[in-house]
Amino acid sequence: MSTRYRLALSFGIVLALGLGVLGGIAKAQEPAGQAMGTSGPVVPVVPAPALNTGDTAWVLAATALVLLMTAPGLALFYGGLVGQRNVLSTLMHSFFLACLISVQWVLFGYSLAFGSGRLVGGLDFLLFRAVGQEPLSGQTIPHLAFAIFQGMFAVITPALISGAIAERMRFSAYVLFTLLWATLVYDPLAHWVWANDGWLFKLPALDFAGGTVVHISSGVSALVACIVLGKRLGFPKRAFLPHNIPTTVLGGGLLWFGWFGFNAGSALSAGGLAVQAFVNTNTAAATTGLVWALIEWGHRGRPTALGTVTGAVAGLVAITPAAGFVDVPSALLIGVACALVCYWGVNYLKPRLGYDDSLDVFGVHGLGGTWGALATGIFATKAVNAAGADGLLAGNPRQLLNQVIGVGVAWVIAIVGTLVVLALVRMVTALRVSDEQEMSGLDLALHGETAYSMLASGGSQVSGPSE
Amino acid sequence: MKKIESIIRPHLLEDVKTALQEVGVVGMTVNEVRGFGRQKGHTETYRGSEYRVDLLPKIRIETALPDELVEPAVNAIMKVARTGKFGDGKIFVTSLDEVIRIRTGERGEQAL
Repeated sequence: MSTRYRLALSFGIVLALGLGVLGGIAKAQEPAGQAMGTSGPVVPVVPAPALNTGDTAWVLAATALVLLMTAPGLALFYGGLVGQRNVLSTLMHSFFLACLISVQWVLFGYSLAFGSGRLVGGLDFLLFRAVGQEPLSGQTIPHLAFAIFQGMFAVITPALISGAIAERMRFSAYVLFTLLWATLVYDPLAHWVWANDGWLFKLPALDFAGGTVVHISSGVSALVACIVLGKRLGFPKRAFLPHNIPTTVLGGGLLWFGWFGFNAGSALSAGGLAVQAFVNTNTAAATTGLVWALIEWGHRGRPTALGTVTGAVAGLVAITPAAGFVDVPSALLIGVACALVCYWGVNYLKPRLGYDDSLDVFGVHGLGGTWGALATGIFATKAVNAAGADGLLAGNPRQLLNQVIGVGVAWVIAIVGTLVVLALVRMVTALRVSDEQEMSGLDLALHGETAYSMLASGGSQVSGPSE
Repeated sequence: MKKIESIIRPHLLEDVKTALQEVGVVGMTVNEVRGFGRQKGHTETYRGSEYRVDLLPKIRIETALPDELVEPAVNAIMKVARTGKFGDGKIFVTSLDEVIRIRTGERGEQAL
């Protein structure tokens, strides 16, 4: 008990100190200028594009949709796939991060990702200082709207990793891991790919809504984390059956629904580009789900509910980097190829290599994200998005090379970053629960609660409200 | 007094219950159970991992009866629960030493 208290206490102190220090810094430092803007926070010098209420409304709605992807979407998608002794622990992996990373984002995450700077953003936006209601430079929505929209991406990315380490990681280790990972891997990578002065942004390596930043980074990190952590006790001999497929189907449906905000919201406006991304998103998700089910039908004789949902999610992953750069027929092709790639990853690669990626984060997000990022270099066309680039099929093979560079960089930072972060966490706490805790289930061992109680009144109150 | 414990196919519960009520059975307790006998299990596939499932879902019906109702009840179950294939289940008949109705404290056949 005492070690647990110590850990929680030290964590709280670090967070409180961080808050205080950051508050001090932010107050002491009048920001030199905005990363994305030319105008200062108080007096806009150049008349920026006017704020558009329609665009703002859409981006706010999209922000809420992206939150829905994490909690409850991803939480339920993963929660149904684990055993019933580990449901709450798995839900916490997503829901808790909506809390933790939202705070990290406000404190310093947004600044590291979107502040001005060469390798990583500066401290201009600590505590959302200088992030106000005025339009973001070159855009028609408030800077604050952009910052909170991006915050939801920062939340879901580390949560995606949790599928690979489910049913065996200590919660304290998970909290430290995700906090450090968001800071040392996600924030710099987001800066390189999406900030105006990011080097991959200038290359340009195209990534409309996060194929490299969100899906390759989380999928590859998931692979590394599950190898470092080791297999679940009894894997693969014991049957690890999903305890509730309907929950997973519900979560998958919510992911699809929320993904419209993720991809179409990334247009940052409510115009034609958002619609293009929206339609591409639906087309790819539907195609991959369909093809996945057909492959199962031919290959194993019966299409499964879990396979169809998994396929739809994989299609969503693959279209993410391409959503605002390709036309609808390309989205169809991206979806078909994604089904082949990810089905192979989940059904052949994983058993052959023998790693225990519990919920197939690498097979779906790592491989799907990699395919999507490369596909963007093949199918992108300026006819769809003048601000984008032409890809291979539009006569620009150079773009495919740029995409390969983007993919390579994302893989490397994910592998190295995850190894470093896990080593750091290991200096503070063990990564895994004890064998005994693993067998009794993480819900009871780590959180002191159970998801489904068999007996309505199988106990008596020890403390709480008194008569 | 006897206790009849029958293991049946889950989808036949309604039929068996009705058949038992028709011969005069006035109460029963039903559980969802899993087990295996001569019926082979099946395989389930989740994202390419195949699992052999040996413990199959069944329904267990327990009912306590006066001796003279045992044969009619067994016959009723046999009539509706039999498909002739492996997996139809079993009927166990055991003697009951005592039955007590908690509400009134009645004992023996009066408590049935």
